Amino acid sequence: MSLRAAPRRDPAWIGRVFALWATLAVAWPLLVLAEFKPWTLLSPQSLQPTLHFLGDFFPPRLEPEFLWMVARETWRTVAIATAGITLALGWAVPLALIASRTLSVSALVGRMAFFPASVRQAVRWLLMLLRSVPELIWALIFVRVVGLGPTSGVLAIALTYAGMLGKVYAEILESGDAQPTQTLLRNGAGRLQAFFYALLPQSATELTSYTVYRWECAIRSSAVLGFVGAGGLGQQMDASLKMFNGSEVATMLLVFMALVWLADRVSALLRNALA
Amino acid sequence: MNVVLQNCSASHPAAKPATAPALKALSLRVTSGEQVAIIGPSGAGKTTLLQLLACALQPTQGELLLDQRNPWALRTPDLQRLRGRLFLAPQVPPLPPRQRVVTAVLAGLLPGMGLWTSLSNLFYPQQLDLAYDALARFDLSEKLFDRVDRLSGGERQRVGLARLAVSNATLLLVDEPLSALDPERARQACESLTAVAREHKATLVATLHHVEMALQHFPRIVGLREGEIVFDLSADQVTPARLTDLYARHLDELAGTAPVVELIPATTSRLVSTCR
Repeated sequence: MSLRAAPRRDPAWIGRVFALWATLAVAWPLLVLAEFKPWTLLSPQSLQPTLHFLGDFFPPRLEPEFLWMVARETWRTVAIATAGITLALGWAVPLALIASRTLSVSALVGRMAFFPASVRQAVRWLLMLLRSVPELIWALIFVRVVGLGPTSGVLAIALTYAGMLGKVYAEILESGDAQPTQTLLRNGAGRLQAFFYALLPQSATELTSYTVYRWECAIRSSAVLGFVGAGGLGQQMDASLKMFNGSEVATMLLVFMALVWLADRVSALLRNALA
Repeated sequence: MNVVLQNCSASHPAAKPATAPALKALSLRVTSGEQVAIIGPSGAGKTTLLQLLACALQPTQGELLLDQRNPWALRTPDLQRLRGRLFLAPQVPPLPPRQRVVTAVLAGLLPGMGLWTSLSNLFYPQQLDLAYDALARFDLSEKLFDRVDRLSGGERQRVGLARLAVSNATLLLVDEPLSALDPERARQACESLTAVAREHKATLVATLHHVEMALQHFPRIVGLREGEIVFDLSADQVTPARLTDLYARHLDELAGTAPVVELIPATTSRLVSTCR
């Protein structure tokens, strides 16, 4: 039997109680000031239209002429995304090749020389500039410049995605094992030769899966761009939402799910083919 | 190719400034067409010496002359052209895992090939017979169309040597070419290596930790220890006493019981950044 009695209380208890009260004392006035009133969401006058709108979701609208229109707009959305990504690739691939450290000849021996290092830095800044403006902002600008329609959507996606793809491509190329590439460069091969014979086979699957994932993102983003007038499924969805037409919104949401599923399948297929 | 090293010191680019250089004021002269084996305990600077000769490492002191020219005085395009006449085969074969053997071997021809030819070679390899013959020298011709990641460590090492055999380089630098091969294969690979160098009239410098193999196949032996040349003799002058002296604190390596270096690097996990 132990001589000392077991402790009755946890000594940290007082501190915890104090912290709890202090948090409440600070948070309560903040919530009051911010007019944080979640229960208004559940009040009858806001609950009823919400439930009504959500109730409209079922059944989705499936009339032939509506479905035909949705199919046409879906096609347009996918086309905007694909054209945007293709234009973006035209910029991203060369910029990523310039920016990637692994393909530098002067970096083979210690530090990169000043001129190539500054070119790489400049390209990184350009990529940063391109992707720092969200595609929605680019779209709003281009809607002013080229007018309503798919062109502004394509250009907006092309600019932002060139920045994102270029940056991530360069990082994928740098993250792999550099030894095969550097050995080819050390044995006198050119940069592009080293890219095609060592770096590309090394990182082809990562590049493919990232590109297809970005294509999927571009489809979603071209739908959002529709809300600012860039055409496609988003524009129709905007119209249906404004009309509180739940069944039409439900059909279009189902189409989105199908598109994402499709992109996922394409990605798996391509990765299997390359593995 | 003629090689002259005059009082060259070198250290690994990642080494701290305070550490002793891997090579200390080393002088070496190799005439065109000569075949030299470099032996010595691990950590002696053998790989650093090869990298120095391959223009993969700049000497901190002293001068390197390849065919009477200092490569580090050249402009980058000229240096790259000169590198096309060198061939450095690293100990770990530099092969992308998803590449086919035929592509990996023909990559040895890249320096003399235009960009367009090298791209069309990816689509349809035009010099199949060349790749086949090179692989046949190392008893690997049946693997011509296999993928690199289906090969064993020793087979990959021999693919690396087959790449050397197709290249048009006149200075061949080979780092531990036999480390993953069994004795019979090692003997065969060593014979093929020296035969290739003779046919191409190329200078051959190889580091070896199989001392017997070096003595059998190479006319000239350089013993290296702690960044300094201990002896530089023809093979028949290398006595057991000299070898015991060279490997004084590393007798297990002389007996060939040293652990074999892992050839296939562990696959590194990749992180692809995604957003949204």
